[in-house]
Amino acid sequence: MKKKTGFIYQIYIWFDYIYSNLVTLWGVFSHTFTKADTVEYPDQQPHLHPRFRGRIVLTKDPSGEERCVACNLCASACPTDCISLQKTEDESGRWYADYFRINFSRCVYCGLCEEACPTYAIQLTPDFEMAEYVRQNMVYEKEHLLIDGPGKHPDYSFYAHSGKAVSGRQKGEGVNEAQPVDVRSLMP
Amino acid sequence: MTPVMANLLNIVGILVFVVFGAAMLTWVERRILGIWQDRHGPNRVGPFGTLQIVADMIKLLVKEDWVPDFSDKFIFIIAPTIAMFVVVAAFAVIPMAPGIGIVDLNVGLLFFLAMTSLGVYAVMFGAYASDNKYALIGGIRAAAQMVSYEVFMGLSLMGVVMLAGSFDLRQVVLSQQDGWYIFPQCIGAFIFLMAGIAESHRTPFDLPEAEHELTAGFHTEYSGMKFAMFFIGEYVSVLLTSAMITILFLGGWLGPAFAPPLFWFLLKTLILVFFMILIRGSIPRPRYDQLMSFGWKCMLPLSLVNLVVTAALVLR
Repeated sequence: MKKKTGFIYQIYIWFDYIYSNLVTLWGVFSHTFTKADTVEYPDQQPHLHPRFRGRIVLTKDPSGEERCVACNLCASACPTDCISLQKTEDESGRWYADYFRINFSRCVYCGLCEEACPTYAIQLTPDFEMAEYVRQNMVYEKEHLLIDGPGKHPDYSFYAHSGKAVSGRQKGEGVNEAQPVDVRSLMP
Repeated sequence: MTPVMANLLNIVGILVFVVFGAAMLTWVERRILGIWQDRHGPNRVGPFGTLQIVADMIKLLVKEDWVPDFSDKFIFIIAPTIAMFVVVAAFAVIPMAPGIGIVDLNVGLLFFLAMTSLGVYAVMFGAYASDNKYALIGGIRAAAQMVSYEVFMGLSLMGVVMLAGSFDLRQVVLSQQDGWYIFPQCIGAFIFLMAGIAESHRTPFDLPEAEHELTAGFHTEYSGMKFAMFFIGEYVSVLLTSAMITILFLGGWLGPAFAPPLFWFLLKTLILVFFMILIRGSIPRPRYDQLMSFGWKCMLPLSLVNLVVTAALVLR
């Protein structure tokens, strides 16, 4: 394109500069009448959505037993290696965590542990107010993590479906479970 | 009340008002910019954040007031003093209302121009004495900018002087009883506003202290109260420019009689201060060569044309 020059064009350019600056001035001034976007946090709580990823909890199933079966999938999914746990077994045959420890000073709240969990035990909650004066207090033990309720999946109970024998219920007695097949009797 | 007492009261009152007002402006500017940027600004110290300046003062006073070992110490210390002194001294000739005003020089306007011209020494001395690359570049920019913008700052006011027939600012105000000079001298007012913003080196003409390129420009090495004096000096300069526009173009304290004259003066000044903050909040900083070409190729011819046309009309 041919470069435009000439007196008239220069005048036009200057008026364009002035006009665009006036438009800018008005655009900024019009914000006098708009509401501030700021949420004044300590006085005013921010709205957190139900799926906000904050403090991690361990939930219990409807019968009030721990859901966690200490399978270690959360710990192996964790990108920052902040989860540490040890499996143990009670006399009824249920697996549970001997200790379950989350170091929140390393946690990045990515939610991969929640996605990895096969029993909906570990869940992230919309709570971010976790500041501490002592760094050691950022390490949460199992008694700090456990809550009384079932969390996001209120009806789910792992052992009702699992096909694992625990005391009071043998294999095949659970919901939607078929009786175990005797593989030796399966003739061709 | 004896005349001496009245003078003393004027001097102390105006000094306190200017320095306190400039200090409050730091809070006002942040609140206003906050409103225009859809946020709140400082609102936590005291009612509506009005005591923010107290918190800032405590911070600046408690801070280490460091004079660099590599600096030229005497000039380094004298520079912020000049920055503060010249703008406060220029307020001596500002007539705020009948009976309020320190002195009515018959060359009041020239005194104002002289004092603002001296402001460049503060910037230059500070930049030179800091022995710092950023400061030096900022100082060079400041010198070029302020020298070139002073040329038409003076020229833009000559139209008003011709219409009023006096350099005495009180006479200039009194001669506006038939009509404010902003109407016949709208180009002069526009040029003076631009030059005034450039003189107080505020955005969009804040190239001497462009944060993004030069950290803090000429006051990079300053800290504590010396920094505060540069900072408050800038706000006093904003007040001064607004007060001068009020006096020269908006009829000073003249206004409807239901409110005292001082009220009208302060109201007009405050509106102009807000307008300068609005300009700061909306217009970006030009490149340095754009700034110079805007000054010399646009503003200077415009002020000369304004001068010639006004002279022709006055002499007709």
